Amino acid sequence: MSEWTRKDLLGIEELSAQEIELILQTAESFKEVSTRSVKKVPTLRGKTIVLFFFEPSTRTRTSFELAAKRLSADTLSIATSTSAIQKGETLKDTFKNIEAMKVDAIILRHSSSGVMHTLADSMGPSIINAGDGCHEHPTQALLDMFTIKEKKGKIKGLNVSIIGDITHSRVARSNIWGLKKLGANVTICAPRTLLPREIEKMGVNITTDLSKALKGADVINILRIQKERQKAGLFPSMREYAIQYGVSKEKLEKYAKKDVLVMHPGPMNRGIEIMPDVADGTYSVILEQVTNGIAVRMAVLYLVSQANSDEQEQ
Amino acid sequence: MLKKEANLMDDKMIKRTLMRISHEILERNKGTEGLAIVGIQCRGAYLAQRIADLIKEIDGSDVPVGIMDITLYRDDLTMIDYCPVVHSTKVEFDIDDKKIVLVDDVLFTGRTIRCALDELIDLGRPQNIQLAVLIDRGHRELPIRADYVGKNLPTTLEENVEVRLVEADGKDEIVLINQKEKRQ
Repeated sequence: MSEWTRKDLLGIEELSAQEIELILQTAESFKEVSTRSVKKVPTLRGKTIVLFFFEPSTRTRTSFELAAKRLSADTLSIATSTSAIQKGETLKDTFKNIEAMKVDAIILRHSSSGVMHTLADSMGPSIINAGDGCHEHPTQALLDMFTIKEKKGKIKGLNVSIIGDITHSRVARSNIWGLKKLGANVTICAPRTLLPREIEKMGVNITTDLSKALKGADVINILRIQKERQKAGLFPSMREYAIQYGVSKEKLEKYAKKDVLVMHPGPMNRGIEIMPDVADGTYSVILEQVTNGIAVRMAVLYLVSQANSDEQEQ
Repeated sequence: MLKKEANLMDDKMIKRTLMRISHEILERNKGTEGLAIVGIQCRGAYLAQRIADLIKEIDGSDVPVGIMDITLYRDDLTMIDYCPVVHSTKVEFDIDDKKIVLVDDVLFTGRTIRCALDELIDLGRPQNIQLAVLIDRGHRELPIRADYVGKNLPTTLEENVEVRLVEADGKDEIVLINQKEKRQ
């Protein structure tokens, strides 16, 4: 068993396959806690965890907050709209001030890619990336991998297709890194305009034809069309996207394997990238992903907190 | 770096001891009604399963067995310099109003048992909790005692008692290791 020594979780790219496996294995043990009548263990008692979300979020923030609370940590949320960032305070100053209040971990979502890396080096508390721009969303990828492993028993050798706006998707990037490290075959599928340049360097198969992405796939991960990032007109209309790339039960039955797993990181645009008969259908594990998210985040909080308190002692 | 090992129990002796403990559990609880056994990861879990098997052999009835990992309840998480691996807790029966026999291999400071008691109480409200251990080596730091003891073994703090079981270590034996020479 490898050991965990990182005080931060900034992305999947820098993790080894062993580290990813360790998080997934630790999460398995944490899953049981949420099924108890008293859904709480005293592990992080006395620790303070700050949730700092510069972009909207329901799932990730709630999930992190529940994870922290089920480990008995104290949590507080800061919303950008009511923070001094509005008065022009720089991000670094805001963080230095939060650090001065002796918090143990900061869970951060921000629209700039890579901002966490700059902060983490100069900060004592653990920094956990809850999504940075179009870069990474590590805990989403971890919970996706956890769900795949739980349902399929393994990740190595599986065919995973990621369908949707790859260019703007931090979920896609984190998933590709993680899945490749664990030995899955990854195919990405989108209109040309939503595929980032040089994406093939990540070692993925690329297709613009949905039927090809569905054929032979053990898992399909459908990404949200991010309406807020579509002002540039990267495809003609939502309707056209839905017709060509929207995953329906009919298309699944026509092309996909009988035991294909359908995932979506949420929030869903029903009727655009995913049809209701798929979202609520038998292939879907979308709500199980949400359940697993808490266990995965508990594991991450446990591991980084433990590594950080060791670091401070030495 | 000389490590002295002395054998305390061999496989036959362990078997006889567990058999005696199983009889004692049945005697004290007047049968298996409401009884459940919970072993502490890792070796306590194997011992719990063995005791349940022996009770089945003696009495013919099945007793539910659970496994408990106490890592998340440790009081020294901020003091130890490594990250303990978290194993699963699997208590898949309702513990309310049950008579729970907690099983561990070695009873030492009592801190592991404290963790296990806290965790059990978070899972429900048992009628009572009893403790069975294979070795009681003394040096308690908390007011905790065992109801069923395989062997009382006065030790020094330099000594270490290692319980090895087929399930984890390939063979059954209990050894006393003197670590005095290991200290610099």
